Amino acid sequence: MSEPTGVIHDIGYQRYTGPRLGRRQVFGALYLHGLRTAFGLGRSAKAKIFPWLVVAIVTVVAAGVTAVRSQIGEVVMTYAQFADNMSWLVIFFAAVVAPELVSRDLRSGVLPLYFSRPMPRSDYPLAKLLAMITALWLLLGAPQLVMFLGAAFTTGDGMNGVWNELLDLLPGLLYAGLWAAVFASIGLLVASLTGKRAFAAGGVVAVFLMTTPIVGTLSIMPSQTLNELAGLASPSTLVQGVGAWSLGDLLITGDAAEATHSLIGDFGPVYAVAAVLLIAGCVTLLLARYRKVATR
Amino acid sequence: MDRGRGGPHDAPLLPTLGCVTLIATESLTKTYGGVVTALADLTVAVEPGIIGLVGANGAGKSTLIKILLGLLTPTSGRVQVLGLDPTTDSAAVRARVGYMPEHEALPPDLTAAELVTHLGRISGLPRTVARERASEALRHVGLYEERYRPVGGYSTGMKQRVKLAQALVHDPDLLLLDEPTNGLDPAGRDAMLALVHRIGTEFGISVLVCSHLLGEVERICDTLIAIDGGRLLRADHISAMTTSTDVLAVEVSEGTDDLAARLSALQLPVTRDGRLLLVPLADDATYDLILGAVAELDLPLHRLDQRRHRVAELFATREPSHV
Repeated sequence: MSEPTGVIHDIGYQRYTGPRLGRRQVFGALYLHGLRTAFGLGRSAKAKIFPWLVVAIVTVVAAGVTAVRSQIGEVVMTYAQFADNMSWLVIFFAAVVAPELVSRDLRSGVLPLYFSRPMPRSDYPLAKLLAMITALWLLLGAPQLVMFLGAAFTTGDGMNGVWNELLDLLPGLLYAGLWAAVFASIGLLVASLTGKRAFAAGGVVAVFLMTTPIVGTLSIMPSQTLNELAGLASPSTLVQGVGAWSLGDLLITGDAAEATHSLIGDFGPVYAVAAVLLIAGCVTLLLARYRKVATR
Repeated sequence: MDRGRGGPHDAPLLPTLGCVTLIATESLTKTYGGVVTALADLTVAVEPGIIGLVGANGAGKSTLIKILLGLLTPTSGRVQVLGLDPTTDSAAVRARVGYMPEHEALPPDLTAAELVTHLGRISGLPRTVARERASEALRHVGLYEERYRPVGGYSTGMKQRVKLAQALVHDPDLLLLDEPTNGLDPAGRDAMLALVHRIGTEFGISVLVCSHLLGEVERICDTLIAIDGGRLLRADHISAMTTSTDVLAVEVSEGTDDLAARLSALQLPVTRDGRLLLVPLADDATYDLILGAVAELDLPLHRLDQRRHRVAELFATREPSHV
């Protein structure tokens, strides 16, 4: 089977006898590839424009917020509020990144090249999902880190002040993780249904934006229960509902208790369960989708 | 072929097949939704080498390849690839198999080097090894400086080469090539076939080449499997198919029946093929016997020539609706 050794002038075909990495490393390679793809790294300059534009905007906003706070001492937005305020950008980022991650592969027909390799077929969508969650989380989390650094360096209370800031930052980062998980799982599922990038992007935006009027309609219905459950109808308000319930005054400043109550009432746990079910449902459908795709 | 040689330590899945068997199927059947039959009762066993899998479009070639890769589960029957069962051990099979799909499969905005490196890593190669082997594989298929350009700008021939390189990058023991000459011009076809032949002979990698063009694969194959409508037509060494079929074709302007009777009387197994009489060529004496018979009957001899049967003719009578 192997080439005879000692041939100098012609390097013929070399068999490979070295190590072959296991499932975890392969998953890691696919995940890292997806994360790089999300930010257009290793891609054409055109693929970098949009992701980095969004990154620039959120960074500028974070820097502005930090500057205002250090100069005037006014907290424009808390860490958790930052994620809420950036939700539009998150939607558009998801609408660009999700098709880039999955629709492109569907269209180019490269999937048989993946599925004819040793990795289990569920690893492909899971690695892509994890990559997209990470990308969205970085998008929301990195500016919060900027805000934290700004606040930590300008705090007047020494280490105690830094510690307090950190305690505010961590829930903010967790909340950003929830945003990332919900938006990534929905966005990726929608994008995985079509190989056409424009359709996929439109579909993602549609799912996030078309559901907003439903929330609006439900929230002005004459039933208070219905009003308080209205947020379940749209991913953004669902996430905000979970945040209002779990984070309380970190998210809703001012007359916190009342504001929270008027938004979701006592249905906080319902929002949390709904968010978990939504993510689980999307992942299940995504896996089912790729079980079908793999055999084609 | 080579049945009944059970390995002593590595007990084969199928009792009749030895460990030298590359691919073995036993009563393999695949139906889609119980309606469409893609494979029907296919039993075949082949040894390592270059194997041609021929059949018309829709004969079940791609279905067979997907079953071999463990991507499809057969409806019934058993299958073995490299001594492993792809229905239960598909990851192990896929680690040792390289697959080149029939259709377009390359993302246009990646360079060939990036794509093949990435797919090498997905096959479990460490990062630096993947990069080295990717450029080696691309060099072996004849892509040099072009490999740093995006695949979208490649010609069909170059794309086919990239598809072959990605199947080769992780050093498989078996390559499954689905219509590798698809869309290529005659020169490109020849180059691709030469490449496949080189992989099968010099690289020491077994190759299963799928094609609907018999004339193409028979040039490079050791073994030929012909399927039609999901059924096995024939599977054998290519030498066994061609050497036994050298025949003499005799045509006389009149008295064909008389000549046939005369030749039969001379113990020659004559067959009629329209206006032709076909006589198997045993040795040079066959010529003399035929010429003698024609002379004795005083028939006007129109032609007498040796015909080396193309493999296609072996199948011609069995698949009348195709070709």
